[in-house]
Amino acid sequence: MSAGSDVAAPWVAQVTGLRAGAARRYRVVVLLLVAVVLLLVAVTVLWDVAPAEAVAHLQHLLGLGGDRSFAVRLRLPRAVLSVAVGVAFGLAGALFQVVLRNPLASPDIIGVTGGASLAGAGAILLAGLTGAWVSLAAFGGAAVVAAAILLLSWSGELSGYRFVLVGVGLAFVCQSGIGYLITRSQVDDVRSALVWMVGSIGTPTWGTIGILAACLLLLLPLTGYAGWRLRAMQLGDETAAGLGVRVTRSRLLVLLVGVALAAVATAVAGPVAFVAFMSAPIARRLLPAAGAALLPAALVGAVVVLAAELVAEQLLTGLEVPVGIVTGVVGAPYLLWLLATGTSRRTSR
Amino acid sequence: MSSKHDLRADQLSLGYDGAPVVRDLDLRIPAGQVTVIVGANGCGKSTLLRGMARLLRPVSGQVLLDGQSVHTRPARQVAQLLGILPQTPVAPESITVADLVARGRYPHQRWFRQWTPADEAAVAAALLRTDTLDLADREVDSLSGGQRQRVWIAMALAQDTGVLLLDEPTTFLDVAHQLDVLDLLRSLNAERGTTVVMVLHDLNLAARYADHLVVMHAGRVQATGTPAEVVTPAVVQEAFALTAHVMDDPVTGTPMVVPVGRAPQP
Repeated sequence: MSAGSDVAAPWVAQVTGLRAGAARRYRVVVLLLVAVVLLLVAVTVLWDVAPAEAVAHLQHLLGLGGDRSFAVRLRLPRAVLSVAVGVAFGLAGALFQVVLRNPLASPDIIGVTGGASLAGAGAILLAGLTGAWVSLAAFGGAAVVAAAILLLSWSGELSGYRFVLVGVGLAFVCQSGIGYLITRSQVDDVRSALVWMVGSIGTPTWGTIGILAACLLLLLPLTGYAGWRLRAMQLGDETAAGLGVRVTRSRLLVLLVGVALAAVATAVAGPVAFVAFMSAPIARRLLPAAGAALLPAALVGAVVVLAAELVAEQLLTGLEVPVGIVTGVVGAPYLLWLLATGTSRRTSR
Repeated sequence: MSSKHDLRADQLSLGYDGAPVVRDLDLRIPAGQVTVIVGANGCGKSTLLRGMARLLRPVSGQVLLDGQSVHTRPARQVAQLLGILPQTPVAPESITVADLVARGRYPHQRWFRQWTPADEAAVAAALLRTDTLDLADREVDSLSGGQRQRVWIAMALAQDTGVLLLDEPTTFLDVAHQLDVLDLLRSLNAERGTTVVMVLHDLNLAARYADHLVVMHAGRVQATGTPAEVVTPAVVQEAFALTAHVMDDPVTGTPMVVPVGRAPQP
C-alpha cells in the first residue's frame, strides 16, 4: 500500500476530518434524541404531580423513606414500556426497510403485525384468553405470517420486491380474518379486542416489562451485528457479495431479527400503527448520510410512542383513546408529507 | 498489494435457470496483467465475469483462486483478494463519497473492531489515486457519471485486492470519460501490479488497453492472446459476424478494427 506508511499525509488528515465531522453530527443527533426521550418520560410521569410529591417518591425509590406517589407508581411502568415498545418497533422498521430496500417494507405494512393482530384477536374472541396468553398468540401469529411471506415469495433466493408484494397481500388476508372474527363475536368481547388491536400501552405490570426487556437484551446485540452487515448490503446484492457478504443468508438473519423485534413489541402493546413505518424515515431525515441509522431510528420510535401516549392520556382526557389511534392520526399525514417533500428535493437537482 | 494471484476457470459451466450460457470453459487469467473479455451480445462474457466474481454459482466446474475454489472458500477471505465492480452498482440515498469508499474496507473489518488507521490510509489513498478527494464530502447522487464511476473504482481500490473484476466499467460514459477510466485502471495495474479483468463492449478500446484479450463466442472461448495475435479479420468475422479491416491504430500501434459491414450468414 503506497500511502499505508504515511499516516500523517494531508489527504489522510482530510479523510479523518470528514469522518470525525460525520461522527460528531451523529453523536449530537443521538444525544438530542436521548434528551427528548428523557424529557417525555419526565413529563409523562410527573404530569400534574406536585414537586413535593415527586421528591417524596424519589426518596422512597432511593430507600430514604418518604411516601410513594400514586400517580408516579401508575405512570412509571407506562413510560418505560412506551420506550421499550418504541425502540423495538423503530428498529424492526429500520431493519426491514433497509434490507428490502423499500420504504413500504415495514412490518406493519406487510402483514407481520397484522398476523399478530389476527392471532391476538382470535385468542380473545374465540378462545376467551387474556393477558400473557394473548401476547403469546400474537407472537406466534407474527412468526407464522413472516414464515408464510418467506415461503410464498421464495424463488431460489430472497427477492425484496416479491417479499413486499406477498406481504401486502397477506396483510389484507389478516384484515379480512379480523373482520370476520369481529362480525361473529359479542359486542363486549369485540370492544376489549379492539383496544388491544389498535395498540395500547395501558397499565403494564413490571413483570410484562421484564419479559420485554429480556427479549430486547437478547435481540439488541443481534441487531447491532445485523446493522454491521447492512453497511455492505446497502450497496446492492452484487457489491455486497463482492465485499464478502453471503447475501441471502444475511438477509434472512436481518429479517428474522426484525420479525422478532416487531413480534415482541406487538405481543405486549398490540400493533401500534405506523411506528415501525415512520421511525426510520424520520431518523434518516435527521441524519441523511448515516447509512442504516439504527440507533436514531430506535430513539425516534421511543419519542413517537411516548409523545402519542402523552397526547392520548393527557390531551384527550376522558376519551380513553388508545395510543395506536394517535400514532395513526399523526403518522399517516407526516409520512405523506415526508414522501412529497423528499421527492421534490430529489427531482430538483 | 502487488502479490500475484492465480485466477482460472476449470471446466466451468454457467447458466440462468437451467439455460446454459457458458459451457465447459477453461481459462487462465495472467497474473499482474490487464485482461479484457470481448464478444458479441449474448456470448456469455458478462456471465463468465459474474461466475468468476462468484455472483453466480457454477452449474458444473469451478473457479480457482490460487488453487482453491472461490465458491467454497470463506466469502470474507475471498473478498480480501478479489474485488468486483458490477455493471450498475447501487448507492444508498444520500451517502457521501467518503462513506461509500470507506465501505470498501468491509472485508478487512469486524463488527466489533471496525476502524483502524490502516483503513483510514487505504480510503485516503483510494480517493487520492482516483482524483476524488475533492468530492469526498459530496453526496454520490449529486455527481456526474464519470465522477461516480471513479468513486466506485475508489471503493474497489479501498478493498485493496490483488485481483479486480469489472463488468463494463465504461458503459454510460462519453468517449473522453471512457479513456479516463481505462487509463486509471491501466496505471493501477502498473503501479500496484493489480490483476485487472474487465468486460468491454468496444473492440478497439479493448485492443488498446488489454495485455491479454479473450474473445468469446456462443459461450466458449474463441481466441486468447495479445491483441496483435487475436484481433484478425477471421476472428472478428466469426465472433461478431462482421466483415472488417484490421489496421494499426495510428496512436498506439495496437490493432484497430474498421467495420465494413455485416458478414453474410454462412
